[in-house]
Amino acid sequence: MPKSATVRIDQTRCIGSGQCVLAAPDVFDQSDDDGLGVVLVPEPPADLLPGVRDAVDRCPAGVVSLEE
Amino acid sequence: MTEAAVCPVPHENRVHPLGAPAGFEEAVSNGPVKMIWPNGVQAWVISSYAGVRQVLSDKRFSSMREGGPEMRTEGEPILGLKQPGNMNSMDGEEHLRLRRPLSRAFMVKKMNEMRPRIQQIVDDHLDAMERQGAPADLVSALCLPVPSLVIAELLGVSPEHQELFQSTAREMFGKNGSKEVYDAKAAELGEVLAKVADEKRASGTTDDMIGLMVNETDFDSEELMRLAIGLLAAGHETTSNFFGLFALTLFERPDQLEILQRDPSRADVMVEELLRYTIGRLGGAGLSRRAVEDVEVDGVTIKAGEWVTVTLRANLEEALCPNAGELDLERKAVAHLGFGFGPHQCLGANLARTELQILLRSLFTRFPNVRPAIPVTEMEFREDSITYGAAAIPVVW
Ligand code: HEM
Ligand code: SF4
Repeated sequence: MPKSATVRIDQTRCIGSGQCVLAAPDVFDQSDDDGLGVVLVPEPPADLLPGVRDAVDRCPAGVVSLEE
Repeated sequence: MTEAAVCPVPHENRVHPLGAPAGFEEAVSNGPVKMIWPNGVQAWVISSYAGVRQVLSDKRFSSMREGGPEMRTEGEPILGLKQPGNMNSMDGEEHLRLRRPLSRAFMVKKMNEMRPRIQQIVDDHLDAMERQGAPADLVSALCLPVPSLVIAELLGVSPEHQELFQSTAREMFGKNGSKEVYDAKAAELGEVLAKVADEKRASGTTDDMIGLMVNETDFDSEELMRLAIGLLAAGHETTSNFFGLFALTLFERPDQLEILQRDPSRADVMVEELLRYTIGRLGGAGLSRRAVEDVEVDGVTIKAGEWVTVTLRANLEEALCPNAGELDLERKAVAHLGFGFGPHQCLGANLARTELQILLRSLFTRFPNVRPAIPVTEMEFREDSITYGAAAIPVVW
């Protein structure tokens, strides 16, 4: 069985920039209440991981993490 | 202790209007250097991709920039003051308190909802250009009015005051303007906005940004006023200048323009490449911070209390992408630093992106033969502003 990967956002320092949404729209969204980043798919399949890695790199607040 | 001689920061005399100030690249090519700003303040300049990201995102660098390096030589500073509502000069919780409620208004999905409206505004202006016939000035016909109308709508202010928005923005970003003139403009605009705020309070709306600030935040009236003026100003000058710079860049590169015209549906990715390249190529020393403790960056120690600036020339570094010095509209989007990085990364980035995408696609499909009426090197550029751009772009088609 392939090991799963877990995506998290630490909302305490998120600035609601939406970079994660641009990088991986299938995995991230922004909350309608406060614009902060939210994870839609906490354990994304392998084909979505490149986008997630891009989000980790682009997040200006450095709060997106991927544990593989 | 004697300090090594510190050179003045090169900040004008661009060899090419779309390139860096003369001597700048050479000055920063060997890693961090200290330079002296026109207002007499010394600051380090960091130019590597990793170093710029570090400075802009490390908490040990503060954004409180009062007394810091300035391009102004005389007169009191206008930007960078520690004032209520000036989120760009704040750190930590104080900064987040002002920024967070506004980020909701710039969410990616909100910007996507705005697309049809922005397209309509762009089309109206292209129609007008066509009706009036060539030659036209791209800046006054398209680059400036489009972002100006869009930001006014987002804030919820009537466009009849456009001229006042534009002149206040010019004073705010002017390098040599007087603080008195700016204060008078800001006061005039403040009166207009105070009336608007009263109307929003009465109606209870949260559909636009002023409504949102009035009815859903704890901002006091001074904070609200400064935030609204800041957003109006930032919403004008930046997108407008950059769209002009994009057009000029493409006029010089018919091979790249052809790539755009072959597949305008990729305008979103192409805007990222144009931002990366035009901003990197303009170079120059930009965003400033101050070390609150000793920090090592790119092999030097920035001591507590020292000023540090970053140059977005880092966008042309190989560490970011191969052939980084070249414009390549076929490139996939990379994590460029055109909007900065860290907690102060441009609040309006998603709006600017959306506007630039629609402008780029629409201008060059509607007028496939648009071209400059005079050589780019003969055009007038605004060196007197911290938001650099062409004063006018005469075009024919
Ligand atoms: C192509 C267009 C634009 C570019 C290249 C740009 C660039 C930038 C950069 C580099 C910063 C970071 C400043 C720092 O680190 O201290 C910034 C901040 C900011 N920008 Fe933009 N900007 C653009 C358009 C806009 C628009 C359209 C708006 C508003 C509607 C806007 C509003 C702001 C605000 C409010 C900040 C301060 C954010 C903070 O301090 O947290 N910008 N911009
Ligand atoms: S990219 Fe980072 S800061 Fe921006 S919304 Fe996503 S998690 Fe928040």
